[in-house]
Amino acid sequence: MTTAEPPAVAIEGVSHCYGRRQALNDVTFSITPSTFAVLLGLNGAGKSTLFSLITRLYAIQRGRIRIFGRDVGRASSEALRMVGVVFQQRTLDLDLSVVQNLTYHAALHGIAKHDGCARAEEVLARIALSDRANDKVRNLSGGQMRRVEIARALLHRPRLLVLDEPTVGLDIKSRADILRYVRRLVVEDGASVLWATHLIDEISDDDDVIVLHQGRVLAHGSVPRVLDAADAKDIGAAFTRLTQGTDAAIEAS
Amino acid sequence: MTVELAAFPRVTGFAPVQYAICLKGIVWREGLRFLHQRERFVAALVRPLVWLFIFAAGFRQVLGVSIIPPYETYILYEVYITPGLMLLIQLFNGMQSSLSMVYDREMGNMRTLLVSPMPRWFLLSSKLVAGMAVSLPQVYTFLAIAWFWEIEAPPLGYIAVLPALVLSGLMLGALGMLMSSVSKQLENFAGAMNFVIFPMFFASSALYPLWRVREGSPLLYYVCELNPFTHAVELVRFALYCQINWISLAVVGGCTALFMVGAILAYDPSRGFLARRGEPGGGT
Repeated sequence: MTTAEPPAVAIEGVSHCYGRRQALNDVTFSITPSTFAVLLGLNGAGKSTLFSLITRLYAIQRGRIRIFGRDVGRASSEALRMVGVVFQQRTLDLDLSVVQNLTYHAALHGIAKHDGCARAEEVLARIALSDRANDKVRNLSGGQMRRVEIARALLHRPRLLVLDEPTVGLDIKSRADILRYVRRLVVEDGASVLWATHLIDEISDDDDVIVLHQGRVLAHGSVPRVLDAADAKDIGAAFTRLTQGTDAAIEAS
Repeated sequence: MTVELAAFPRVTGFAPVQYAICLKGIVWREGLRFLHQRERFVAALVRPLVWLFIFAAGFRQVLGVSIIPPYETYILYEVYITPGLMLLIQLFNGMQSSLSMVYDREMGNMRTLLVSPMPRWFLLSSKLVAGMAVSLPQVYTFLAIAWFWEIEAPPLGYIAVLPALVLSGLMLGALGMLMSSVSKQLENFAGAMNFVIFPMFFASSALYPLWRVREGSPLLYYVCELNPFTHAVELVRFALYCQINWISLAVVGGCTALFMVGAILAYDPSRGFLARRGEPGGGT
């Protein structure tokens, strides 16, 4: 008998309000392990709220979130062990060196210093930043800081990587480098990735796409499936059609 | 080179050694930050030294101190206010640590801490211990300078005072942490600090014995008696002379527990003030 592997992330009927304002409304979707899933939505769509719920920064008000079968609400410690997070906002300590930031993160996961240093060396080599290991983060470029944040997210060897608009504010080359690097993690290491963005050009044909608009999931599936659902030729047109349709429906009601 | 992904088997809880690693990491980071802020160290020392060398020297002739426990003889006014000034260092340090928590929340750094799989109560307690640990070298440096000014405690007192300083440092840090949870912006918190630091310091036994306060104003005396800072000062004063003030110990211990529980609840994502404001448990 074989046991099917649970989804990397399973979001089930999640709703979230800030006072009277509803940020998420009955959001449901799941991501198959070892896939690159794009959470596509405009600013204010609810992407960051969803990320805060996945990472336990917010308490789940309604619904359920499971990471590889572990309930974030009930077994948050087990669930969070399997998640690496890159926030939209920079969260590195600017006054510490690159390697100090990484070993601090290792400590927060209960990883001893010598092991943390070895892992830091390993991930820094992967992102081609070994030569900057002892530099203060303050002296790095925006793209390099992002790479360090990704390295940090990978340090405790998570199975799921969640990135909230990680390319915001970066130049074209840095964006492409980071995207290529994260995609390689899926192919080479079998990592599962949830990548939030509002940039259509970051989506590739092989991706799993979740269109989030005004706190609701409008479409979910492979790119061809989303195109079929919207009856559009490209993902940009599909996104416009889906979101305009929803806006019109809301205005009409 | 590849990075292995975590194995699938279910892993529950953390070993005690992992908690120790986490605590050590948080203390180490707080220590590094403190070392990077040399001005903070200088400011932390200058403040009590000004009180000691200028204020106390000037008031020595005006404010006589009779023989009161734990002192067994007449003492100089400088000797009397030294425990209060040690606590002043810890009070500012506690507020400074909490100020940096508000800053970290605004800047987003706090998220790094809060998305750790370790229990949140443990992370916040570790942060508290780290803040307290940073205050200890400051206090002992102040005591070393005071020693050159001939303000000396019994040699064993310097060791005996350590547990008292740990407890009072935790209490003041927890108070600051609790305050930081209700403050959304850095500017608000900086303002609120003044409303806490100065009343706490002046309405206590830090600068004058309570029997003198009672002579001047019975109401103020009761306010001072209710002020936990008074008890922290007395705890340290007695410990410096290798004695224990049990009432102060009970009050400081109780307040530490109360403030810590309050701070942990305030930072709880489902119950705390931050959640009510729609702030992600410490991040923004």
